[in-house]
Amino acid sequence: MGMTMTQKILARAAGLSQVQAGQLMEGKLDLVLGNDITTPVAIKEFEKAGLSTVFDKEKIAIVLDHSTPCKDIKSAQLCAICRDFAHKHQITHFYDVGQMGIEHALIPEKGLAAPGEVIIGADSHTCTYGALGAFSTGVGSTDMAAGMATGLAWFKVPQAIRVKLTGQLSPYVSGKDVVLHLIGLIGVDGALYQSLEFCGDGVSALEMDDRFTICNMAIEAGAKNGIFPVDEKTIAYLNGRVERAWTAFEADGDAVYARTVEIDLSTLRPTVALPHLPSNTKPVDEVAGKPIQQVVIGSCTNGRLIDLREAAAILRGKKVADGVRCIVIPATQQIYLQAMEEGLIADFIQAGAAVSTPTCGPCLGGHMGVLSDNEWAIATTNRNFVGRMGPTSSMIILASPAVAAASAITGVVTDPATI
Amino acid sequence: MKIYKYGDNVDTDVIIPARYLNAPDEKSLASHCMEDIDADFASSVQPGDIVVGGSNFGCGSSREHAPLSIKACGVKCVIAKSFARIFYRNAINIGFPIMECPEAVDGISPGDQVTVDFATGVIENQTTGATFQAAPFPAFVNGIIENGGLLHSLKARGIAK
Repeated sequence: MGMTMTQKILARAAGLSQVQAGQLMEGKLDLVLGNDITTPVAIKEFEKAGLSTVFDKEKIAIVLDHSTPCKDIKSAQLCAICRDFAHKHQITHFYDVGQMGIEHALIPEKGLAAPGEVIIGADSHTCTYGALGAFSTGVGSTDMAAGMATGLAWFKVPQAIRVKLTGQLSPYVSGKDVVLHLIGLIGVDGALYQSLEFCGDGVSALEMDDRFTICNMAIEAGAKNGIFPVDEKTIAYLNGRVERAWTAFEADGDAVYARTVEIDLSTLRPTVALPHLPSNTKPVDEVAGKPIQQVVIGSCTNGRLIDLREAAAILRGKKVADGVRCIVIPATQQIYLQAMEEGLIADFIQAGAAVSTPTCGPCLGGHMGVLSDNEWAIATTNRNFVGRMGPTSSMIILASPAVAAASAITGVVTDPATI
Repeated sequence: MKIYKYGDNVDTDVIIPARYLNAPDEKSLASHCMEDIDADFASSVQPGDIVVGGSNFGCGSSREHAPLSIKACGVKCVIAKSFARIFYRNAINIGFPIMECPEAVDGISPGDQVTVDFATGVIENQTTGATFQAAPFPAFVNGIIENGGLLHSLKARGIAK
């Protein structure tokens, strides 16, 4: 029986010629990832179980990105636990303030994810690296501890939903709109326990940053992973970043899918998700005019260079509306630097936006832009759950960088084409 | 025992809000459990109580703090129509029982007396007399739970040292 991309990667990791959906297997890991919130729990479990050594110090990445630069004493203590562990076990890929970026932008940028690899991360958005043709998925801290000790993880082989993309995106429509549209179509548990496998001629027109955004939010449809085929754009991205050998896997012609969802990219409009679920989507036109008090442009979903370019192009020469706080967070130091060299940071500051060092910060209501009672934010982040960015009465609208930037100028939800 | 029943898509941000993720121990996590969906939960829940949820229970973040906080409240198990996959594996990995059974969710109301048998997967609503059969765990998963969690099972198998 034919296998999907994901099944082929998992079969190789398990040392098997064939796996099928539903099968439980143990596979070898190419990377185990954690952050400053999940790694301390993993370290505690690791030490409580009496484990003493890590399987491979080169294949573990610890990124202090959530509450950093540390927002309070407790966060500082959690980071110290990570720092001590990384030092003790000589973890090669330990990223502290100054080097760190938001993990899911940083890991691909540093060449730590490659096609065909199997990656687990104690962060739900680890599914981002499927954009590179890797199998990558979010797990918990105990999985991280087990992965660090053994280099293995258990998986239930997933079925897949095939997402066939055709056509090309219109101006002001981006990867964020594609994935919000998809989640709106299938629901927040539409791909539960399944892979989202993207294919079709529409793929080639999508930039790598768009593919990262799309795979990043696969979890918001409940998916185990999202994955794109490897093409020329993938290879161009990997050049200069990944020197080790990697393998691109293609789905078999007779691979079996749970179902196929077709999306004609040319028909998509800028799309937003209203509180309190990412599946609560509407074309921006239907929400236009809704007042907002805060704009967040950043996160592991939309803090990449293409996102900042899109936002800066709209904000350039304009002003953030009175009564609106606009916060821009480049996802990594490299992106920050590049944005500075391109003049994007100047565009943001001259428009009246605040620019932050890389951090997950406001996305999870941690710091750097927490909301007050009854406030509305439009954010390029990934979740609009109750209380995610502030008190339970605060509201989040999820949107693309273009829609967020346009809304910052007007103070109300705005279609960027009208600016 | 008491039933705490919630709807679909109970996410990890309401199970344990991010502002408490830097809590130093499981007991302090437990004191904020379910705070953003049910402010009275943490102060009223007693050991042996059962949480019942709809579909996609535990969706969102990978934070293991979510099942840890429910477990630390003394909750006996969570019964749901379906679980978000990371919550599902986190619960298994920390040895916290969860049961997937849509019929039981529909057949249990707050105030009912319910017993569960993890070995057989049988859920009995003693108030109504109805019994339900949850999907049993595969042997591999049972091995993890019986060993008290993933790390202990890997040690028992001699894989983790």
